[in-house]
Amino acid sequence: MSVLDSLTAEIASGGVRIVDLTHDLTPDFPVMVLPPEFGQCQPFRMEEVSRYDARGPAWYWNNISMSEHAGTHFDAPAHWVSGRQLPNGTVDSLPLDKLIAPVCVLDFSAESAADRDFLLTRAHVEAWEGDHGTIAPGHWVLLRTDWYKLVGTNAYLGMEKDGAHSPGPDADAIRFLVEERGIIGFGTETVGTDAGQGAHLSPPYPAHYILHGAGRYGLQCLANLDELPPKGATLICPPLKIRDGSGSPLRVLALVPGG
Amino acid sequence: MTDPIAAPPRKDPQQRTRSPLLPPVPRSRAALLMSAAAARGELHLQGCLSCGARIYPPRDACPTCLSVRLAWQKVPDRGHVIAETTVRTTTDAYFRERTPWRVGTVRLDIGPVLMTHLHGDVETPGPCRVRAYLDKSGNAVLMALPEQETPNMADDPELRELTATPKHRRVLVTDGRTAVGQATAHALSDAGASIVFIGVATPWLPFDGQDTLTAIPNAQIVPLDLTDATSVRELAGEIGGKTDILINTADHVRPGGILSRQGLTTTRDEFEINVFGLQRLAQHFGHGMVGRGADGVNSAVALVDILPVYALANWSAWGAHSASAAARHSVLQCLRGEMRAGGVRVMSIFTGPVDDDWRQPLPPPKVAPSAVAQAVVHALENGTEESFVGDIAKDVLARWQVDPKTLERELQG
Repeated sequence: MSVLDSLTAEIASGGVRIVDLTHDLTPDFPVMVLPPEFGQCQPFRMEEVSRYDARGPAWYWNNISMSEHAGTHFDAPAHWVSGRQLPNGTVDSLPLDKLIAPVCVLDFSAESAADRDFLLTRAHVEAWEGDHGTIAPGHWVLLRTDWYKLVGTNAYLGMEKDGAHSPGPDADAIRFLVEERGIIGFGTETVGTDAGQGAHLSPPYPAHYILHGAGRYGLQCLANLDELPPKGATLICPPLKIRDGSGSPLRVLALVPGG
Repeated sequence: MTDPIAAPPRKDPQQRTRSPLLPPVPRSRAALLMSAAAARGELHLQGCLSCGARIYPPRDACPTCLSVRLAWQKVPDRGHVIAETTVRTTTDAYFRERTPWRVGTVRLDIGPVLMTHLHGDVETPGPCRVRAYLDKSGNAVLMALPEQETPNMADDPELRELTATPKHRRVLVTDGRTAVGQATAHALSDAGASIVFIGVATPWLPFDGQDTLTAIPNAQIVPLDLTDATSVRELAGEIGGKTDILINTADHVRPGGILSRQGLTTTRDEFEINVFGLQRLAQHFGHGMVGRGADGVNSAVALVDILPVYALANWSAWGAHSASAAARHSVLQCLRGEMRAGGVRVMSIFTGPVDDDWRQPLPPPKVAPSAVAQAVVHALENGTEESFVGDIAKDVLARWQVDPKTLERELQG
């Protein structure tokens, strides 16, 4: 029995479980808010073309439109100015082996519940490694905050006069993961890989700046991270093959061992 | 004195909704010129340029000297009622449901004798003023009104057919996030609307003035995003059957023309709200409103859109926004024809630059949001199809009436 036969057999038997880490693409899912004088990210929109009616009697279909960065989505290195000159930096040219890879899930949901502006530091990551072992090269790292449970409430963005409020990493934590742990990418449940107040960190938006500057990837608006083990799951996250695309909405799945 | 209209009882679910009917539609082209003035709330009559005679009804040639050199002119509205009669039976289906109906003849102080509807507070013989209104068919009709305001004057049943007064009606204001939307919601509540539904998009983003909306006693905040067909459809599903007046206060405005912008993202945002948003509203609310055009005291009566006067000619410094306004103006013209089937009026409120955040760099004169709101109420209470708010809007209209091409050049700076 080949490895793949074993895998599909395990999936069929429930020995390997598939967890959907994706939100529904809906018109009322918030997108990143930028100052209004900048170009704006378009949320998901759907216009019905026909629904078994005079516009098309036997078929139902919609035209959809959205930003590359709407809903559960993938950030390629070219998304950020720091990654603009890297080879294979757009979603159409990503190495495929990075898109099916092992994943570590860092659970800081309690800290995030206590402080919506919680910042993940290098010390937090090292403490997690103390409990679960070192993060080996070639892993995705996802930050669990349980923020996905706030979708549909104002607390998800936490927008106020001084900007958004949601947890995220600081620059040292990201630099440590990239430079000393060799991660493939970093993912969050919030609307961006950076904290809501990430514009005020140094550098501004450190996750975007450092990850993409080093050719690493981002995932955001993830769901159901609380169903993943700290280690041992496999992430599957191929974005749409948009020529020169900076990112893409996508379906993110995780393979989790055990019933 | 007019008897005040009582708040209507809740709709009897066993009663068929009465089909909207229209007063006689056909008019000569000459008469339509009177309608054009009435659409802006003005009384115009023909004058003969050869012999100076004032002419009524509209003609193709002067009945005194047979000259065809006739011109429409704004005329003073004072006159005296000469005679009256009351129509008690008719074969016309529209008026048959509305008898008794009082009509009379009025001699204007400037000479001609007019056939008019008579307000209940006008006495025969007696002084009056004459106002031109559009009836539900979109045609000019003349009505003799008391010289001075009388108690409950707007509740006169003949006059209420010619207006879209918000009293006892349920109103949807589409964008409560803006100063114009907020001022309009307050003004409609003050004008006697029974419910003011206030649409708010992206409610997870706080906005200035949020607290004042919830303080309006008869207001209901409802989710509404004009860029989202699902959102518009869902709201229409909830309140489309009881939206008597729909006021679109949404306007996405950004500076810049076509070459001065890079790409179409911002322009697309403008068209999504200003042009397609209006169409989504019309498609999801329009059928219900047309069907309820004669649904008693709180029948569906008007769709009001607030748009920049640069719909008439492009102001290139804000040229992309002007382009969306021109498209919006055209959409309103289309809807005017389509919604007339139910006697539902489509009203345009043309404004000069509004005194808001985006127009902050512009010098005065700018239009206060409260002035826009008052213009909306005034248009509804007077059945005015096109209103121009603020000095700039009035000036643009005047120049446009002289020559649109010259105005185009003037607005290019």
